[in-house]
Amino acid sequence: MKKLIAVITLALMPLTGMAAGGGVQLQKANIDLSNEAAIQRGAKQFVNYCMGCHSAKYVRYKLFTKVGLTEDDIKNNLIFTDAKVGDLMKIAMPEAEASGWFGAPAPDLTLTARIRHGGADWIYSYLKGFYADPSRPMGVNNTVFPNVGMPHVLWEMQGIQNPVYRYEVHHDGHTVAEFDTEAAADAYMKEQGEGFRLERVVDHLEMAQQGSLTPAEYEQVARDLATFLAYISEPMKLERQRMGVWVILFLIVFTVLAYLTKKEWWKDIH
Amino acid sequence: MSFMNWIDERFPATKVWNEHLAQYYAPKNFNFWYFFGSLAMLVLVLQIVTGVWLAMLYKPSAENAFASVEYIMRDVDFGWLLRYLHSTGASAFFLVVYLHMFRALIYGSHRRPRELLWIIGVIIYVAMMATAFMGYLLPWGQMSYWGAQVIVNLFAAVPFGIGEPLSVWIRGDYVISDATLNRFFALHFLLPFILAALVFIHIVALHKVGSNNPDGIEIKKNKDENGIPKDGIPFHPYYSVKDIVGIGVFLIFFSAIVFFAPDFFGLFLEPPNFEPANPLKTPDHIAPVWYFTPFYAMLRAVPPMLNSQFPGVVVMFGAIIVLFFLPWLDRSPVKSIRYKGPIFKIAVAIFVVTFVMLAWLGMQASTPAKTLLAQIFTALYFAFFLLMPFYSKMDKTKPVPERVTK
Repeated sequence: MKKLIAVITLALMPLTGMAAGGGVQLQKANIDLSNEAAIQRGAKQFVNYCMGCHSAKYVRYKLFTKVGLTEDDIKNNLIFTDAKVGDLMKIAMPEAEASGWFGAPAPDLTLTARIRHGGADWIYSYLKGFYADPSRPMGVNNTVFPNVGMPHVLWEMQGIQNPVYRYEVHHDGHTVAEFDTEAAADAYMKEQGEGFRLERVVDHLEMAQQGSLTPAEYEQVARDLATFLAYISEPMKLERQRMGVWVILFLIVFTVLAYLTKKEWWKDIH
Repeated sequence: MSFMNWIDERFPATKVWNEHLAQYYAPKNFNFWYFFGSLAMLVLVLQIVTGVWLAMLYKPSAENAFASVEYIMRDVDFGWLLRYLHSTGASAFFLVVYLHMFRALIYGSHRRPRELLWIIGVIIYVAMMATAFMGYLLPWGQMSYWGAQVIVNLFAAVPFGIGEPLSVWIRGDYVISDATLNRFFALHFLLPFILAALVFIHIVALHKVGSNNPDGIEIKKNKDENGIPKDGIPFHPYYSVKDIVGIGVFLIFFSAIVFFAPDFFGLFLEPPNFEPANPLKTPDHIAPVWYFTPFYAMLRAVPPMLNSQFPGVVVMFGAIIVLFFLPWLDRSPVKSIRYKGPIFKIAVAIFVVTFVMLAWLGMQASTPAKTLLAQIFTALYFAFFLLMPFYSKMDKTKPVPERVTK
């Protein structure tokens, strides 16, 4: 074991970081952390749709008293177990079971907005990025998180999207041509000869069967969840910014006075 | 003043005050670069104070460490402020100390009679690196864990059968684990007090030889009839009031980061570190925090030889060891860059670019082109020091004035 880990780490060192991120374009969520109603709606969606599998185990339910809910609101609308308002948002699903069902334990979501590059935009794009892919165990794939093990939990609301592919021809690591159909790309490659490689990428998604919500309504749900997750990732964010303004104003006054004092003391030094 | 007399007969309070503040004569021509010594002390105090409070709330166990940091951030009153002050303070400490060291480099503050002062300073820098490295494990995030794994494994590269047992001895286990976290916490708590003691020794040495200045002139060579240097002014009140201005300006920038960008775009708090340590999941990209990346880049620049990473480790530590010899590498007849010739100025400029580029390269994923760049800059880094005896001697110099200038 120790040898193995040493070998793995040493082997990884030269190639540390195969550049995270890839080239996926994220959609702008345009969240507003001061929108308490959005956080409340996001909380409601979260406990209903996400918390079956995902915890937010560093957050206490009580936190939502800071975004306009009373303790009774929280008890009646957000807690479905015997948890108390002061408890952490843990779940009952054992990790081993989740691993069996989905291939990996469902991660805790408290800090997702701080872990993922793009933060709320990543979450928003992820929630909008599911598409039908029969080759996957759950029948869906995702544009921002390829081959994710998670099913599309919100499909009844959003509906089912189909991918529209484009076919890229690569040569020496560069994309040299793009085609709408595989046949056209194949024909091009035959013409060009050796050293070309074809890659199928999702160009965009098309609604195959709309769910219970319109696309605009579903975008709102995704945005509320993104707002909620951004909020719980750092609940004190707005508070620290408000405080920061006063701290810096004070320091500016302090520095000006200190400078005037210094000037007075130093006026005889040449 | 009978009370002070009573004290002074038992403890040299007035004597110490006079010798080190009210009658300690510092050159009157300190400039911008001379703020960073006092700022480094300020940040050390800040780190110790916030650190002691964090230690009251933090749990140093693999089971609870990550959750206890989130507890501090969420449930403790102003806990987030303590934590951000401490995490930003770590980066600020290195920034300030790098600028402080750069000042010594350009004005020749390391040269005779201040060699020991410089060496004590480099020891402080090494102690800081050890402190920061151990502190970075404590949040027990993915980057904490894997960064420590990579660095401790460097010790395993030591040949002659010493490496493996050495790395196990450091970790207290075969991998980074609860045992490692616990001892790193103990040492991370201890080292700052050793740092404080070293800073005390640094200042004792400074006050023995006196401060250098941007002209690199010994002000003690020009004294008036009372034995006071003509170009000297008492540290207190002149530099105490001046340093307070520096502290104000510094705190404005520092607070801007703490309150508006505490993760500083992923540079001070890295996104993967918000994910709890998972020994079974290696992150895509392991990189140390920015202040270690120049050395990390040098480590990676050296290809393994005879299947061993050891040469890279030697180069990395060599990059720090070489600093100890700086006072004897500079053979120029003058101390300050103001009176040195073009060769030294160009060498310093190249060195600054080298250091910044190495810092950047150390954050990037390796590609053949970047590895080549890192190799070139590693060579330049060592060339700056090892060729200094030659280029500093052949360089033209300007005449040094008798008295300090503005």
